[in-house]
Amino acid sequence: MTDAPTATPKTLYDKIWDAHVVDRSEDGTCLLYIDRHLVHEVTSPQAFEGLRMTGRKVRAPDRTIAVPDHNVPTTAGRDTHIENEESRIQVEALDTNARDFGIHYYPVSDIRQGIVHIVGPEQGWTLPGMTVVCGDSHTATHGAFGALAHGIGTSEVEHVLATQTLIQKKSKNMKVEITGKLRPGVTAKDITLSVIGATGTAGGTGHVIEYCGEAIRDLSMEGRMTVCNMAIEGGARAGLIAPDEKTFAYVMGRPHAPKGAAWEAALAWWKTLYTDEGAHFDKVVTLRGEDIAPVVTWGTSPEDVLPITGEVPAPESFTGGKVEAARRSLDYMGLTAGTKLTDIAIDAVFIGSCTNGRIEDLRAAAEILKGRRIAPGVRGMVVPGSGLVRAQAEDEGLAQIFIDAGFEWRLAGCSMCLAMNPDQLRPGERCAATSNRNFEGRQGRGGRTHLMSPAMAAAAAVTGRLTDVRTLMAAETATA
Amino acid sequence: MDKFTTLTGVAAPMPLVNIDTDMIIPKQFLKTIQRSGLGKNLFDEMRYNPDGSEIPDFVLNQPAYRQAQIIVAGDNFGCGSSREHAPWALLDFGIRCVISTSFADIFYNNCFKNGILPVVLPPEAVAALMEDARNGANARITVDLENQTVTGSDGRSHAFEVDPFKKHCLLNGLDDIGLTLEKVSAIDSYETHAAQSRPWV
Repeated sequence: MTDAPTATPKTLYDKIWDAHVVDRSEDGTCLLYIDRHLVHEVTSPQAFEGLRMTGRKVRAPDRTIAVPDHNVPTTAGRDTHIENEESRIQVEALDTNARDFGIHYYPVSDIRQGIVHIVGPEQGWTLPGMTVVCGDSHTATHGAFGALAHGIGTSEVEHVLATQTLIQKKSKNMKVEITGKLRPGVTAKDITLSVIGATGTAGGTGHVIEYCGEAIRDLSMEGRMTVCNMAIEGGARAGLIAPDEKTFAYVMGRPHAPKGAAWEAALAWWKTLYTDEGAHFDKVVTLRGEDIAPVVTWGTSPEDVLPITGEVPAPESFTGGKVEAARRSLDYMGLTAGTKLTDIAIDAVFIGSCTNGRIEDLRAAAEILKGRRIAPGVRGMVVPGSGLVRAQAEDEGLAQIFIDAGFEWRLAGCSMCLAMNPDQLRPGERCAATSNRNFEGRQGRGGRTHLMSPAMAAAAAVTGRLTDVRTLMAAETATA
Repeated sequence: MDKFTTLTGVAAPMPLVNIDTDMIIPKQFLKTIQRSGLGKNLFDEMRYNPDGSEIPDFVLNQPAYRQAQIIVAGDNFGCGSSREHAPWALLDFGIRCVISTSFADIFYNNCFKNGILPVVLPPEAVAALMEDARNGANARITVDLENQTVTGSDGRSHAFEVDPFKKHCLLNGLDDIGLTLEKVSAIDSYETHAAQSRPWV
């Protein structure tokens, strides 16, 4: 008896890719169909202008969703007036473009407005097996649903608007497996930062990452979005997690999710979206969940990651160009090698962003802040990822916990993650941030950013220093 | 988009690794609705003091490099944000080629859409060209896209790889959208098929 011929095992990425190839040239360059195109005000005006100049239309307006997020103030009154003239012009340009080209739109006055990568999943636009693009590198977030999602430049935004396709060559496959269980106080953010710490910011360049393993399976959808969100900080354009019952449960009933027979048909296909046994990965990285600690960044690259129990490293402990880069980082960050991370005092705390601006993130921070106060002299800001997250947090009593602790409770947007709006650090100010980039000047010129989880940021707010959240959790247990 | 064929010019050395797109063009300059005019703010926070005066040590402020058309950079150039304002700013300043050991994917792709050639070379070759670049106007570097070589002032040639389709578009200054629209019937038939196979999308 001979075995029946079997198809070549495919990765999840292979399967989604294959389902979207419109055309393939001899050299392997493909035209890839795009199911969802998310648009925001900063990287789209030149693309719409390009369409106007060439007399082109948006090919699939029903697949195109726009929301202003990067530039919008997070204070009251923004729906009637934006003070900064350039920001106002950009938001008004998006209003006009959305109307002129007939695309779905959530203006600032709409409670559904928020960070594009939070709005997409929340409204059910993001579904498993889709291709999703946006003129924003954190589009990788949507990979948590088993969607192939990545950032593009403005020229490509125009290309997708005009053709609903992208010209692409296939990336390589990379597997990042997190085995076992996470320890108490360790979160999705600690996973994703630890992976970047292990692989470096170019470790995933040219690859699409599939995250897998027990610790990933155990994460909620919110946690999975946090992990995939920072695939780009590891150099990978896209991160993926195979959809499962948690994914389906999250998607079901969302405004733009399929219903009835369409749901059943979709579900049948979604259940085929996993990496086949024996499929080839070009690169494999494995971390043990038990080995991951609550981490913070100390430098100006997301790869500058250490457990909170560590010390600021000496530049000489690195090799190659990283020695000079680390020296520059320490100088910028105002840190001295050998300083215990827990001895670093902070001036500000930012909780929000497409990395950690979802309801679960706010719950985790509020859990630590409940019954506590922000340390004297520390400025704290919570910026929910969407108007709906904000409303839910108010319903759950989280908003009151933040306000009682001394935090500012803001309206939804990208805010101090990239500080395009008025929410900025002052020169030299040091911030415990739940966002995704600690680059020089990212949160304001001269501002110093330490990346960490929402619980860790809350802990830092309470003590006024970078803090191991487990020490506060232990205190809770002790007094319980 | 302007064609890129060959270029001979001064190269500015920027050995720092992980130069990110926030460094190339800080976010306050992303509020424009134009593509042009960003050159004056290229590397803004490395190039100017808060009062707007130039930081003399910064490479592009040095007389030898004010007219640089090439940058020789440390590993992983262009990481971070997808902002196409980064290549727009480079181009507006006059940079047509960046040479490094590696580039972040999105930035790399964005360069080709704007007539900028990103060249990946092995560490030894980048180190040699970095030394060359340190000689300023005394060491001009030649980049030849057709023949896929970079030649230093010592006459040593370094071959580089480039995707054939991207090369073709850059050599001829072709508009991607125009090329894709020639395949509109393939897009039409894909959509018809997808409406059957994945009607929920």
